[in-house]
Amino acid sequence: MRNPVLNIRNVTKHFGAVKALTNVSFSLSRGEIHALCGENGAGKSTLMNIIAGVLQPDEGEIVLEGKTVKIGSPAAAQSLGLGLVHQEIALCPDASVAENIFMATTSRQRSLLMNYRKLEREAQDVMNRLAPIDVRRKAGDLPISSQQLVEIAKALTLDCRVLIFDEPTAALTEAETRILFEIIRGLKTNGISIIYISHRMAEIFDLCDRVTVLRDGHHVSTEPVADLKPDDVVRLMVGREITQLYPPKQQVGERSHEVVLSVRALGDDHRFDCVNIELMKGEILGIGGLIGSGRTEIAEGICGLRATTSGEILLHGKPQAIRNYADAVNAGLVYLSEDRKGSGVFLDLSIAQNISVLNLDALTGGLGLIDAGAEAKLAGDFARKLNIRMGSVDAPVSSLSGGNQQKVAIAKQLAVQPKVIVMDEPTRGIDVGAKSEIHTLLRELASSGIGIIVISSELPELLGLCDRVIVIREGTVAGELDAEAMSEEAVIRLASGVNAQTAQNRLASEHAA
Amino acid sequence: MLAETMGTKAVRAPSWKRLGSMREAGLIAIILALCIAMSFASPHFLTLGNFRAMLMSFSVEGIVVVGMTILLIVGGIDLAVGSVVCFAMVLSGSLFLAGLDPWSASLIGILASALIGAVMGFFVTVVGLNHFITSLAGMVIVRGLCLIITKGTPLSLFTLPPAFKAVGQGSFHGLPYVIIIFVAVVVLFDFLLRRATALRKVFYTGSNEKAALYSGIRTNHVKFWVTVLCSTLAGFAGVIYMSRFGAATPTFGVGMELNIIAAAVIGGASLNGGSGTILGAILGIALLSVVTSSLVLLNVSVYWQDMIKGCILLGAVSIDHFLHKRKAS
Repeated sequence: MRNPVLNIRNVTKHFGAVKALTNVSFSLSRGEIHALCGENGAGKSTLMNIIAGVLQPDEGEIVLEGKTVKIGSPAAAQSLGLGLVHQEIALCPDASVAENIFMATTSRQRSLLMNYRKLEREAQDVMNRLAPIDVRRKAGDLPISSQQLVEIAKALTLDCRVLIFDEPTAALTEAETRILFEIIRGLKTNGISIIYISHRMAEIFDLCDRVTVLRDGHHVSTEPVADLKPDDVVRLMVGREITQLYPPKQQVGERSHEVVLSVRALGDDHRFDCVNIELMKGEILGIGGLIGSGRTEIAEGICGLRATTSGEILLHGKPQAIRNYADAVNAGLVYLSEDRKGSGVFLDLSIAQNISVLNLDALTGGLGLIDAGAEAKLAGDFARKLNIRMGSVDAPVSSLSGGNQQKVAIAKQLAVQPKVIVMDEPTRGIDVGAKSEIHTLLRELASSGIGIIVISSELPELLGLCDRVIVIREGTVAGELDAEAMSEEAVIRLASGVNAQTAQNRLASEHAA
Repeated sequence: MLAETMGTKAVRAPSWKRLGSMREAGLIAIILALCIAMSFASPHFLTLGNFRAMLMSFSVEGIVVVGMTILLIVGGIDLAVGSVVCFAMVLSGSLFLAGLDPWSASLIGILASALIGAVMGFFVTVVGLNHFITSLAGMVIVRGLCLIITKGTPLSLFTLPPAFKAVGQGSFHGLPYVIIIFVAVVVLFDFLLRRATALRKVFYTGSNEKAALYSGIRTNHVKFWVTVLCSTLAGFAGVIYMSRFGAATPTFGVGMELNIIAAAVIGGASLNGGSGTILGAILGIALLSVVTSSLVLLNVSVYWQDMIKGCILLGAVSIDHFLHKRKAS
């Protein structure tokens, strides 16, 4: 390897029982732009967070210009010349753009007072290289694409040897993207090494010198971009054996033409537009797409958790007026949030109290009192049915494992006898055993006639569990795959818009405007 | 692996339950220990008269603690309770002096307190301010109202009819009405908090507002009505004080909110919402009351008392934080 600036050697990182990275090695040459690819959950973010000092590796070493270094904190990473442009914008919304840009420098400086005039002048110089944004404005007042540019400007001021861009163009217009690419190429000429994370194949092939593919926390391949085609990268990202066992799918003869849920031209004027979905009786419908494609927002729109401005929702052919989530629940449409701890379960409260939350009216007697016996019975019934492993129904949900917490969340939905359940990442962060139990449960529910929609970032889950998959890109349905057409490559192609660059660019500029 | 997780679960659930009741059992133990120690230290402590005085001293505050605990469970806080207690007192008192019968005057005082709660609830749920700031402003504004109503001078209410004074001063077969009312309120709300659907929603909202919202609970309604309830109970306590003292002072109840919040927190209410019990909060205020009584009997200078009570609060909150951290991990 010619002049490796940064060498990651055999790095392993666990989160509890989950191995996020296994023995990953990665090397970055001076003045190269190195793309990092992989599906959601492949380990890209973990690796970048290790380089940026946010996380510490369990095993392995990091060698920077020949010296083994320990990167204990983001500040340490910055002083070593390692900068990270976060995918999620991490600005102080109440501080000015200038203060944001020089936040790191300011926290290091020794002088007692701030020299605002100097700060603003220097910040404006940096900012002007990207876009004419007034650095005296508050960061929080800027539109998202400008905030992203401020985030980039912030990284440029760090005197970096290595600069990491984590999906920097997600919120940028085409014109802004071109300017950014010019700047990145300029950095490269100055000998700065760039790690560029993106799902957009066109960008990778336009900008980068080499590409490294991660899959399931393992290093798969590092090749010069010139030797590859976009399809090759997609294949490298996927090519895995499905080792997990899934419950049997619907047989051809079992397929029904009875529509349970039909979503027509749903839009919210912001995150998604013109979404059409039909869910048949007895099937599990998968919804795929990249994180940020609008999958969750669409699900929230369907279930009345997010205001929609156009379109209609029909349950068993009858149009539903869903203004809020209570309406949706009454109509028989329930949503299981992807964020289990944040908005799925009540951790401090008992299992019984969690399971009964949607069903309080049915458990309430004439005096407005809860029938404690009926509540315990309801919880006990579901606990048995779903095989929730627990001490008693009075134990708090926080005492359960992730898989059992998720079963409580599902029991909560089932308690109201729904017609359709929309599940966002139903098995995220759950161990394999519980995962397969939940998959079996979902199949049973589907067979019993409840419509199931599963949103998942995990391709094996989508393909292994679902009878049909819809892929969302940039807030609209990019395509639909039936059992015969379903493959990981097909999903990734639809999700990342290979062969569909024009549509993507058009949407990107609309998005920013 | 499976057997192991099942094993820890089987042990964990009852141990948590024990932890929950341990809070109350621990408080009872501390109170008893303090009482025993005091019975040796002072001959006046273990007398019926002293116990009655202690019980009387926290009975009325105890009613306010009930409201505060429920508000803390929903994730709110009310710094204005001391002012509202005083407001109900001086408003009812001045209406009485203006010629209204004391029962109607008291009812108006309580309703006006509820209205103050409604205004604070409006600012919290509709305007979107937090409980702390809203009730801080409420505390100052309502105290100002008290001063305006009374023009800064105490109202002398010795003309209150005996039937009304009996509420605060009389007793039933030797048991003061104040204590009977207090026990009734505590038992009622303890029961409702465990069993009523409406109050169950308080736990859901305080435990995880987003999840509650995602479960179709109108969390803003819940927060609004709990804020109203807290002020209403404070107003109720205010008119009982009026009956008991036969007077209404515009500076009554200054600093009371801190005692009330301290009691609820010592009793296990979390400032993050989602947990708390009426029994715990009552034990909390009983503990503070025993401490105060002990300090007086031991001739500890008044100047020391606040500091000692503050240290007890700090200790209780630290223990709470420690237990929560352990539970989370």
